[in-house]
Amino acid sequence: MRLHFEPRPTPSFAMQVLAPVAALGLTVAVGCVLFALLDLDPIETLRIFFVRPLSSANGVSEWLLKASPLILIGLGLAVGFRANVWNIGAEGMFVIGAICACGPALAFGEGGHVWLLPLMALAGAAGGVAWAAVPAFLRVRFNANEILVTLMLNYVAILLLGWLVRGPWRDPYGFNYPQTAIFGPSALFDPLVGGYRVNTSIFITLAVVAAAWVFIQWSFAGYRMTVGGAAPAAARFAGFRESRAIWLGLLIGGGCAGLAGMMEAAGPLGQLSPTISPGYGFAAIIVAFIGRLHPFGIVLGGLLLSLLYMGGESAQIMLKLPAALTRTFQGMLLFFLLAADFMIYYRPRLAGRR
Amino acid sequence: MDVAIAIVTGTVIAATPLLFAAMGELVVERSGVLNLGIEGMMLIGAVTAFSLSFAGYPAPVAVLAAVAAGAASSLLFGVLALTLLANQYAAGIALAILGGGLSGFLGRNFGAAPIEPVGPIHVPVLSEVPIIGPVLFGYDPMVYLALVLFGAVWWVLYRTRAGLVIRIIGENPQAAHDIGYKVIPIRYATVVFGGAMAGLGGAYLALAYTPLWVENMTSGRGWIALALVVFASWRPLRVLLGALLFGGVNILQFHAQSQGIGVPSEFLSALPYLATILVLVLISRNRRMQKVNFPASLAKPFRPGH
Amino acid sequence: MGKDPRGQGAFLAAAAAGCAGGAMTPRLELRGISKTFPGVVANDDVSLRVMPGEIHAVLGENGAGKSTLMKIIYGAMAADRGEIFWDGEPVRIPSPAAARQLGVGMVYQHFSLFESVSVAENIAVAVDEPFDLPALSARVRELSQRYGLPLDPGRLLGHLSVGERQRVEIVRCLLQHPRLLILDEPTSVLTPQAVKRLFETLRVVAAEGCSLLYISHKLEEIRALCDNATVLRRGAVAGGADPKVASSAELAALMTGAALPETRREPARPEPAPRLEVRSLNVTSEDPFGVPLRDVSFAVHPGEIVGIAGVSGNGQTELAALLSGERTVPDKDAIRLDGEPAAHLDAGARRDRGLAFVPEDRLGRGVVPLMSLRENAILTAHRLGMVRRGMLRRFKANAYAREVIERFNVRCTGAAATARSLSGGNLQKYIVGREIALSPRVLVVSQPTWGLDVAAAAAIRQALIDLSRRSAAVLVISEELDELFEICDRILVIYEGRLSASRERGETNVEEIGLLMAGMGADPGAGMGWVAGQAMNAGEAANAGVGST
Repeated sequence: MRLHFEPRPTPSFAMQVLAPVAALGLTVAVGCVLFALLDLDPIETLRIFFVRPLSSANGVSEWLLKASPLILIGLGLAVGFRANVWNIGAEGMFVIGAICACGPALAFGEGGHVWLLPLMALAGAAGGVAWAAVPAFLRVRFNANEILVTLMLNYVAILLLGWLVRGPWRDPYGFNYPQTAIFGPSALFDPLVGGYRVNTSIFITLAVVAAAWVFIQWSFAGYRMTVGGAAPAAARFAGFRESRAIWLGLLIGGGCAGLAGMMEAAGPLGQLSPTISPGYGFAAIIVAFIGRLHPFGIVLGGLLLSLLYMGGESAQIMLKLPAALTRTFQGMLLFFLLAADFMIYYRPRLAGRR
Repeated sequence: MDVAIAIVTGTVIAATPLLFAAMGELVVERSGVLNLGIEGMMLIGAVTAFSLSFAGYPAPVAVLAAVAAGAASSLLFGVLALTLLANQYAAGIALAILGGGLSGFLGRNFGAAPIEPVGPIHVPVLSEVPIIGPVLFGYDPMVYLALVLFGAVWWVLYRTRAGLVIRIIGENPQAAHDIGYKVIPIRYATVVFGGAMAGLGGAYLALAYTPLWVENMTSGRGWIALALVVFASWRPLRVLLGALLFGGVNILQFHAQSQGIGVPSEFLSALPYLATILVLVLISRNRRMQKVNFPASLAKPFRPGH
Repeated sequence: MGKDPRGQGAFLAAAAAGCAGGAMTPRLELRGISKTFPGVVANDDVSLRVMPGEIHAVLGENGAGKSTLMKIIYGAMAADRGEIFWDGEPVRIPSPAAARQLGVGMVYQHFSLFESVSVAENIAVAVDEPFDLPALSARVRELSQRYGLPLDPGRLLGHLSVGERQRVEIVRCLLQHPRLLILDEPTSVLTPQAVKRLFETLRVVAAEGCSLLYISHKLEEIRALCDNATVLRRGAVAGGADPKVASSAELAALMTGAALPETRREPARPEPAPRLEVRSLNVTSEDPFGVPLRDVSFAVHPGEIVGIAGVSGNGQTELAALLSGERTVPDKDAIRLDGEPAAHLDAGARRDRGLAFVPEDRLGRGVVPLMSLRENAILTAHRLGMVRRGMLRRFKANAYAREVIERFNVRCTGAAATARSLSGGNLQKYIVGREIALSPRVLVVSQPTWGLDVAAAAAIRQALIDLSRRSAAVLVISEELDELFEICDRILVIYEGRLSASRERGETNVEEIGLLMAGMGADPGAGMGWVAGQAMNAGEAANAGVGST
């Protein structure tokens, strides 16, 4: 008898749900081995990683605060990924969104205006869309690979941010620190609950979750993009234009990431500095995959990745572990998820030979 | 004159890590596999080489360890993409993220501690000839290794049965399977070779190019190497050309920055990335030409027996 | 071993007769070969023997398990059960290399060749000897001349016609001095005249002592060539026959278990105004090894079925993509629908004007493999009220899918079944049904019955005839000449990207169409052009051969 795998005629729904759970379990297991190698008590370290961050109201507030941009970016990326549009430039689009939102905020300064925040949101989303339009145009018009173009633009966006905060936008009263002035109160989201950092921008994310669900599940445009991703030749056969899917996929991704950048700038940061993103744009790729490219799954994925970020910070403070540990766990999680996905499409069989 | 010589030698040195990584990826892609994780593998190679050198091991040992580490990390991708038939784009991105995180974690204690860099060779008489000396005989041994490996890859791909088999598997794995080639093991071999070459590229950065450990010190070179393979239309000679081109852009912007030509340094630093985009656009326009050497099965999962 | 008294008896008899030279040891004997795939029994207890120098037919309809059996003999697949004897000795054949070691050669139906490398390199990868291209090229030249299979070893395979590619496969086998040569449906890529030449070559090969296993579903060919036949039906041996004696009807009955179904048709009454019109269409292929279309012109009228015949690789793929709108051209007037220019419209816009299309690739082009049949209905039937204000009305898609399943007798677990879970025949019935249920004004069908069993093929052919008689214009692109003669009212031939003038079915015959398929027809309209086309292709080949490294 020999174990082998054969394709399932229909992908397994149960495995779709179980794979992320299995991936998390494997990541935790490898994490424990790693902790043991570092002479740390695995149980205690896990507690510091996953329990301690949520054991206070402030912890929960921070959890939601970090999950919100991850979910928002993940939703936008998922729309593209479904159509095989490989946008890995969300990091840059996030940065550009923050930059564009910052423009009006600095222009109004302390004075402010009731419409300032909506204007910033619009500017942030538009900035992300515009940044994403570059790879979309280059792909549609010149067939230039969007993976490489979006990735290169990440570096460009971060350099642009660096130039702005060291140059034209540097706070004149900021002791020469590379950062902008602090935004006025009307350029900031209100806290959801007084005293905590989680703010009303979370409603934007919730609205986008609902909109993404309708788009992906019920709209004809979403259907066309799904077909394009699953079987490009079938999309051509049906007359669903690839160029449209590329444009939509990238622009929606860019808009969401830009909006998330704005929410970060007008939320917990309140100003711009050279390092405004702790890698949200990359983590959101994992969020999208962990969430099975489905809006509700992405909500769970965002909460999980947010928790990983907080666990990493907690471990940094309590155990002096480096921040890179968080990214290691993120990578492992995606890794194990892709491995576990095998079981969605294949099933084990015992076969007799001879 | 000295500036010109510095630019030429600087170009060659800056091209070397790209040449290592891109030649490796070329072989991987010619066999029909797309590994987007070069950046991660280079970083793992870099941190391995650096840590061994930091611990006092001689450079050759550090380089070999980086090769082994790069190859081992590529195996992670191999299992996902070749055995578990995962989406190759996603698997490569996973490796890029994992490699970045893991190398940062492993390099957490190095701070900005310097090591003894791998120095240039010295050929009696020849190295002292003006102009020709520094331009041809003034590099560290790894530069020459890159050139030797470049020649070897070209020779294997086009002059041996092994290379022919790699190319036909990249075109049509089912047919290759039908006439008796073990597609999956052969693809594993190319993936591991790609990982080893990326590890070499990383080692070069950490031991010779900037003998320091800095988190994410590859700063996109793994991705640029991927772009080089596209730019080269999957042909080795053009990979060499492309690597020199990018090395040149890099060095020119460095010189421009140090001369202070009145352009913000951030804009100059963005030049290599913008140049990559420009080159991609120029080369990708002609779809028909791109298809001539394109490995037809690239990034498509293959499962034998069905 | 030993369970099968007949097998052992044969072994003893052969041993006894060995010196006498009369009855010999079988070159190959299979006993009780079985192979199961998920959900399908591909081979069920199959036994057969082939004597030295014998041309043995394995006959069966598509899906009967012939190709699986051959892959097992060639070591490309492992049997679940059963034994293989070679010259009377039990053997294991774990790999194609092991098979070649024994002396087995294989010519696949879907060639195992590589377009991007040269003929010599294609041969070098499949012969087990030191890698020396110049020496090999010389031998290829010599051998190809001896057997009347001319080849230029230096050419890039991608620039060869399908017939030439088959020669590469055959020469590749013959170089190894095989003692058993397996040919899997070798004539599907040849003109009727080329089939005759191939048979002459094969007879020479057999006369030199090589055994031949000849896989086919075409009765006439087997009667013309083979000494013995084993008939497979649904994976099992349905019986053996002497094809020289047995009638076609007897063989067909063995093959299908029933009489061949016949299509019913009334005479065509085409309307005078053409519905689909192509006028001097000139297009280069997107594929570097594709065939450019040259000055293609024809028309299809409502109420008729027009067929385009041709050996594969003469521009059919390109033409189908251009007609469907998967590829567009800027010259609007090159293709007209109902007299309106349409060549610049994409597939969606052409479908809005009543065109429907069935592609030759089913999974991944005609349907999305992992989507359900009802989701796949939306692909082309979304026009029938399945979308309102940009939102899907999935209940409508479900109803449509169920209607197609019922009307076209698609065997599946229901509208929720994934397209991938259907058999080839049922999937094709679903796709053709989905397109016909759109009530198209023009239907273009590419290779309607490729790989289908006889019953499914007959059902699809009948559906096409019925549609045309309801005054739709139907165009069928097919490599099966018999099929075109069965259903079409007019036939045209495509060769090297050029189209012949059309011929009424009643006024032509297989011989004439066959000559046209070889580019040799005395065709006043297109005959001269074909010569130019050939010259053009040779020039291109020379150009493209240079920059390959």
